[in-house]
Amino acid sequence: KASSSLEDVGESSSETDEDEQPIRHQEGSTDLSPEYWGIQKLAKYVKGGDPTATVIALCSMRDFNLSEETCQLAIKDTGCLEVLINLLDTEEIKCQTGSLKILKDISQNILIRHAIADLGGLEIMVKILDSPDTDIKCLAAETIANVARFKRARKTVRQHGGIKRLVELLESISVGSSHQAKDTETARCAALALWSCSKSTKNKRAIRKAGGIPLLARWLKCSHTNILIPIVGTLQECASEPSYRLAIRTEGMIENLVKNLSSEHEELQMHCANAIFKCAEDEEIRDLVRKHEGLQPLSVLLDKSENKQLLAAVTGAIWKCAISRENVLRFQEYKTVETLVALLTDQPEEVLINVIGALGECCQEEENRGTVRRCGGIAPLVKLLTETNQALLVNVNKAVGSCAMEPENMSIIDSLDGVRLLWSLLKNPNPDVQASAAWALCPCVENAKNSGEMVRSFVGGLELIVNLLKSNDKEVLTSVCAAIANIAKDQENLAVMTDHGVVPLLSKLANTNNNKLKRHLAEAIAHCCMWGSNRVAFGESKAVAPLARYLKAKDPLVHRATALALYQLSEDPNNCVTMHENGVVKLLLAMVGSTDDTLQEAAAGCIANIRRLALATEKAKYG
Amino acid sequence: AAMSRKGKKLLVDSLTRSTKHFTKSEVECLVKLFDTLVAKASSQFAGAGFDRTVFRDTLYNAFGMTDDVVLDRVFSVFDSDNTGRITVEEWVEGLAVLLRGTLEEKMKYCFTIYDLNGDGYISKEEMFQMLKNSLLIQPADEEPDEGVKDLVEIALKKMASTYLFIPFLLQDYDHDGKLSFTDFETAVREENLLLEAFGPCLPDIK
Repeated sequence: KASSSLEDVGESSSETDEDEQPIRHQEGSTDLSPEYWGIQKLAKYVKGGDPTATVIALCSMRDFNLSEETCQLAIKDTGCLEVLINLLDTEEIKCQTGSLKILKDISQNILIRHAIADLGGLEIMVKILDSPDTDIKCLAAETIANVARFKRARKTVRQHGGIKRLVELLESISVGSSHQAKDTETARCAALALWSCSKSTKNKRAIRKAGGIPLLARWLKCSHTNILIPIVGTLQECASEPSYRLAIRTEGMIENLVKNLSSEHEELQMHCANAIFKCAEDEEIRDLVRKHEGLQPLSVLLDKSENKQLLAAVTGAIWKCAISRENVLRFQEYKTVETLVALLTDQPEEVLINVIGALGECCQEEENRGTVRRCGGIAPLVKLLTETNQALLVNVNKAVGSCAMEPENMSIIDSLDGVRLLWSLLKNPNPDVQASAAWALCPCVENAKNSGEMVRSFVGGLELIVNLLKSNDKEVLTSVCAAIANIAKDQENLAVMTDHGVVPLLSKLANTNNNKLKRHLAEAIAHCCMWGSNRVAFGESKAVAPLARYLKAKDPLVHRATALALYQLSEDPNNCVTMHENGVVKLLLAMVGSTDDTLQEAAAGCIANIRRLALATEKAKYG
Repeated sequence: AAMSRKGKKLLVDSLTRSTKHFTKSEVECLVKLFDTLVAKASSQFAGAGFDRTVFRDTLYNAFGMTDDVVLDRVFSVFDSDNTGRITVEEWVEGLAVLLRGTLEEKMKYCFTIYDLNGDGYISKEEMFQMLKNSLLIQPADEEPDEGVKDLVEIALKKMASTYLFIPFLLQDYDHDGKLSFTDFETAVREENLLLEAFGPCLPDIK
């Protein structure tokens, strides 16, 4: 699905998932490096020495630059890695500690990580988490954090009870005592390990089952940035699960997340913004963000435009928060829309998608549509209709559609050929792109000058859109019906669509349970009735009876659209008969008393037609 | 000779103050233990007091320490007045470091243990002495001592600031090949694991 870049944020996008066995790049000469010989010599003493000799050798090994690949690979190639892991399995704490200090550093290397997992190192490290010695638990946790960067490793950790132990480790330290250096370090390492592990869905659940959520809530209140970062990192990773979002709401975590938006550390700010980005799918969370004064710091962070990851997170959070109208009104106070328009150019895709998503939501408010125009935002938006990224296109379509609700904006869009570009997006293979394009076309067709002529100028355009009624995607069908309802207001275009078979295609859709589709379908039918013998044709293609049943739906918008359609259809006597047979009169009578004028009139008009026919039939029968 | 009740109380008080790591009741227990051990010893060896043999037995039973060389040294460290017997004061004070010593105290203690001849330096020869049984598996084609000598070089390189091992540069280097206390202290502060670098001389956590 291309609907949002949310999925990307959810899947450890910051690191590529290294599930396949990594390939070693054999470079240049096959001569063994000097580090190789040095390490091999030390490995000899580790293998052949008693604990005292082993410790000396291990400590000496750390004099090599263990962050360099040559050294890391030398440890693997000399067979030293196995020895290190075997040491972990002994009861000699000093040897275990010495070994872990090395493993912690070299596990930054992807080949080493995989090797450690292959050699059964993870299981042993998880066991070490039971040790009474704090230093060693801390080292084990940090090493696990490094190794667990690929799926299989994360699974192993879970299968051997690692998640539970990590949660327990974090639980055993009280947040307040974290002015003790050792406690702080242990908490940091445990949190890092949990963060690494949380990238797998089953682990997210395991963390929750082990009581991790209240724990995360507790640690969210601490003041150490290097503990906060993995804690928030874990939260934002898990926020894709509804159970976590519920907890985030109920355990008061939004307050802390908002507070940390003002941290001095950009990485922390980024994770907080990402957490909000993910959670703000929920309306209550959107409200909470506003209530805890989170909208302004988000808006302010838009100025940090050099840090693209931070910018992507912030724009994402703003996008989702803007789904709520009250939030949009607040954003207006902070001139957020103006800032967003400035970000329409020269930004990487991941930022753009969110910026445009945000603008699309903000432009649901009339004032902002004007703001976008005044800031020169329409042109860049229209230009983006030629992009290929599907998630981007969906958002651009929505934004352009929102803007098109203002006639002044519409003329700019039209002059830049925007409507034609939207129309050609109906050909895009992705149904989300098609649907969003069709939705955007509705206000375009409605508000453009010489709309009918404009639509006719798109070669093959009407055929294209009518054919989309054959799609399997509900959203596409609904949006296309809405668009057709608008297009059909122009007689000539309606005639063309009729030629392309719009009537039977619409009728085929009538048997649906989806209220939104019912509504727009009924609207389309209502408008398509106004040409030639379409009324009769709808009757013949059996659209009337299903339509009649729509009146039983609970949605007032469905009633209104259906009444309009039935009214139009009732101009044909055969349709009246069908309607009467389907008990339409009784249902419409109830609606005659509605407060909705349109519904009232349509209902009354329809009933009148049916009665007139009944009367005429009576007269004909009895003279 | 048995001490009077008052004498004992004064002893406990003074020891509690001087060692700083034990509570009064802990000191009492240690003193009682001392008496028990001495009594047991004197029943076996007439008039021996708390001598080397008793001491080694006790440390073995209490802490599982087995290395003879080390145990000998520990005894000498405890026996600060060099009488060949441990007094109750030496007992409590020694244990204070062993069980509850700060890093500084332990560093001094370990260094003294390893400084076999007491000259203020741990020399290569002394390291060799302590490590000579540490290599359990030796490759067949090597002389048995080569490995240990090599290990000594490695340890020295790791810990001695004055021992510069720069094989490819033609530099005058201070090849004095021994560890001063400062060297030892610096190395241990950077890497705590090196506290007992030349052999276990502190009780295990377990």
